[in-house]
Amino acid sequence: MKAMTQPVPLLDVADLTVEFTTRRGVVRAVEHVDVRVGKGETVGIVGESGSGKSVTSYAVMRILDRAGRIVEGAVHFTGLDVRAASEEEMRDLRGREMSMIFQNPRAALNPIRKVGRQIEDVLEQHSQVGSFALTEKAIELLDQVRIARPRERYHAYPFELSGGMCQRVVIALALACRPQLLIADEPTTGLDVTTQKTVMELIVELTRERGMSTILITHDLGLAATYCDRVVVMEKGRVVETAPSREIFTAPSHPYTRKLMRATPRPGVSLRDLLPEGDVGPRPATPQTRSAPSPLVGGGSSLLQETRPPTLTPTPSPSPHGGGERTESAARLRGNGRAPLLVVEKLVKEYPRKRLGGRFAQKFARNPAPEPETFRAVDGISFTLARGESVGLVGESGCGKSTTSTMIMRLIDKSDGVIMFDGEDIGAIPANAFAKLPLRRRIQMVFQDPTDSLNPRFTAARAIADPILRLGDAKRREAVRARCETLAAQVGLPLHLLDRFPHQLSGGQKARVGIARAIALNPDLVVLDEPTAALDVSVQAVVLNLLQELKESLGMSYLFVSHDLNVVRLLCDRVLVMRAGRIVEQGPTAQILTSPQAQYTRDLLAAVPHPTFA
Amino acid sequence: MRMVPTRHSGARAKPASPESMTTGRGYGFRPSPLSRLGRNDATERKGLTALSHERSASEFAHNTGFAAALRHARYILSENAVTGFAFALFLLIVLAAVVGPYLVPYDPLASDTAAALKPPSAAHWFGTDQLGRDIFSRVVVATRLDFLIAVTSVALVFLMGGLAGVAAGFFGGWTDRVVGRIADTIMAFPLFVLAMGIVAALGNTVENVVLATAIVNFPLYARVARAEANVRREAGFDLAARLCGNGEMRILLAQILPNIMPIMVVQMSLTMGYAILNAAGLSFIGLGVRPPTAEWGIMVAEGAAFMVSGEWWIAFFPGAALMVAVFCFNLLGDGLRDIVDPQRRT
Repeated sequence: MKAMTQPVPLLDVADLTVEFTTRRGVVRAVEHVDVRVGKGETVGIVGESGSGKSVTSYAVMRILDRAGRIVEGAVHFTGLDVRAASEEEMRDLRGREMSMIFQNPRAALNPIRKVGRQIEDVLEQHSQVGSFALTEKAIELLDQVRIARPRERYHAYPFELSGGMCQRVVIALALACRPQLLIADEPTTGLDVTTQKTVMELIVELTRERGMSTILITHDLGLAATYCDRVVVMEKGRVVETAPSREIFTAPSHPYTRKLMRATPRPGVSLRDLLPEGDVGPRPATPQTRSAPSPLVGGGSSLLQETRPPTLTPTPSPSPHGGGERTESAARLRGNGRAPLLVVEKLVKEYPRKRLGGRFAQKFARNPAPEPETFRAVDGISFTLARGESVGLVGESGCGKSTTSTMIMRLIDKSDGVIMFDGEDIGAIPANAFAKLPLRRRIQMVFQDPTDSLNPRFTAARAIADPILRLGDAKRREAVRARCETLAAQVGLPLHLLDRFPHQLSGGQKARVGIARAIALNPDLVVLDEPTAALDVSVQAVVLNLLQELKESLGMSYLFVSHDLNVVRLLCDRVLVMRAGRIVEQGPTAQILTSPQAQYTRDLLAAVPHPTFA
Repeated sequence: MRMVPTRHSGARAKPASPESMTTGRGYGFRPSPLSRLGRNDATERKGLTALSHERSASEFAHNTGFAAALRHARYILSENAVTGFAFALFLLIVLAAVVGPYLVPYDPLASDTAAALKPPSAAHWFGTDQLGRDIFSRVVVATRLDFLIAVTSVALVFLMGGLAGVAAGFFGGWTDRVVGRIADTIMAFPLFVLAMGIVAALGNTVENVVLATAIVNFPLYARVARAEANVRREAGFDLAARLCGNGEMRILLAQILPNIMPIMVVQMSLTMGYAILNAAGLSFIGLGVRPPTAEWGIMVAEGAAFMVSGEWWIAFFPGAALMVAVFCFNLLGDGLRDIVDPQRRT
């Protein structure tokens, strides 16, 4: 190949425009994008969902959907014109010269083939090694991605490996043929922070050692800045800024980059700092609702004016479980002066452990199988939650934080322990019976995935109205509708969106519907189960601010379940750090973040990617 | 941009061989780029602070209600002419069933021995049978009966199988086991023989033909409904509904059932053809509908004897009508599947 310029970039994407033919006409996903990747360089493409970063990489690999096509521009890979190459040439190129790591490692692996065999398949496809050496080569690759006991793991099926392990296997697959270019499309999005750190370091180390170039596609500016030489920021299909990562982090020049930077939760900023500059009131509806509650607010107006924590006035609750039912234990708890809203004592959840392996050999084993052991998802945790307080429950996947929250929500039954809510032992009430109790309305939840938690057949208004219809006081249609509109105003959801179905709403709007539904009954306690995990950072910033404001205006308590210490820090007064079903550390947020006692907390904090040159 | 598990994660969970992973064209495991460009993103990007009313108002005005349904249907039809054809055929069948008996030129039951066994002509478009009855009139009039048997049996099996399946998928445990074993038992018989047996045992009436057709279709509905409900049992909206104070039954009927209706409608359309065939088959062997009633199965049975002597039209036209009807419902099912499949809504 002839050098046109000095030096020849490995990958040269020039003026790329990709269009998708949809039923609403042609959509330009990527417009006039220029990306250059030099040999041995690591380039990050950063942007929020819909910015066209993945489409760009698909265009490079020429694996666009049927509906998509490159209409303009050129993609040159080591001098080869990718646009003009035949499908056969491309097939040869993919996997051998450039390969890709996908977001969901489990989905990228064939569930019914041993991982070792899957690596062999790739090697065979590109005839890298003779068939007799295949197995050895596969084991060697597994070893290179730091999989312990590669000889055993060769025979493992994807479901037998953890998410991080699967991603390592996918990396091994991608690197099997020593490609020159690796495209990593959100390689760590579904993984825990500590796993993310090891996986990213592995990718960086392996590619550096082989002199490979890497494109890292991510929504996380911090991650890109930590691991990349250069960062390309994309917005709405266009490149808005390209700069070395140091520059982009210390002196972002484009307003969009600055907005992204601001919205990323990081140490030393407050909630309000996440919002774009000059955006003081996040929602036009807020001041209105607060200063002059509309006459439509059915009974909720008093709550709107209620102030936050120190006042220990219990929220007036219209349910009939008032004084008489308060047990002596409640009195005991109140005796301390400050009665916590929620007391969890030695809470345990056990699941019968599935027999390991489940192989035939085990089934036909001579000795009768031993009694299935139990697995303690939650292992005797205790904590309290005061009125108006926000407590963060932090831990990595599988630590039992979701099990804890669903037990407190009374969606599943506990195995042992006590859950006292406002003096009542709600843990003793079976989960099935709890749904219709008046207590139900006082504990609500905001779910992790706004899309999944809304019935696709219900409009936004119907979703918000559901708790009101079932448990609320308003029964007449107009009253329910009025209440829905008030709630929509409170969460900043434009009223005309109320009649839309979930698929017609954006992620942020769906999150608002979920929040409106949760606060519809003026609950005392709201469990937030990673409410922003599925959202873009800028949307996350707005939703977090909204949650904080609602808490202040409605006097609710939050139990914030999350894996992200940086997010928890913004919203919570106290933090509980959970690991393997136990609380390893708890204390005021500032203390936990600045001087963590437990090693695990320190590891968690260290794993959050933050560029060191800032 | 976490990968959100969707309802249709089935497609994504499809085994993607390593070969397809590295060489690209593997569908399913990577999120379609389109999903990232969808209508959601523009607003999301702006952040919620700038939820622009004007944009959404204009853009989504056409996206709700009846107009949207029409637009969608038109889109599907323009993309797939065969579906359009099936819909036209379906309308024709419905028309024949509803107004056919009032339009036909002859009384379907009136015999005219002078005009017996006449081949198709201008007076008798499809010819006449051994009693001189006009075959065209009989074929058209029979549409109502056959269509009615098919519709009612499908409705019945939807109520029995569909609801049992949803309950089995949702509650699991004993409900699931009982429904599953019932389905297994039915599947253990050759279905047509089972239908014959049921009609023979319960009595030779049209109602029993309907019932028998419904029963033999039970496993199909129960299984589809069970699988669909099972996936949605742990969906977030389900938990959310529980938090809103919905009881189990209400969640089942108000939350889960509407979500699996599109799939059930497709299923109903596909089994409709089978139901017609089954009813005609039973009549053919002398069960269910009895002569001289005009019914396609009986007419084919009556005409079969005359095939040898060259009077082909007696069996041919009702047989062709039967074929067209079954063909139509199958095409319709395919078309409906395209319409309700969100994967094709690009």
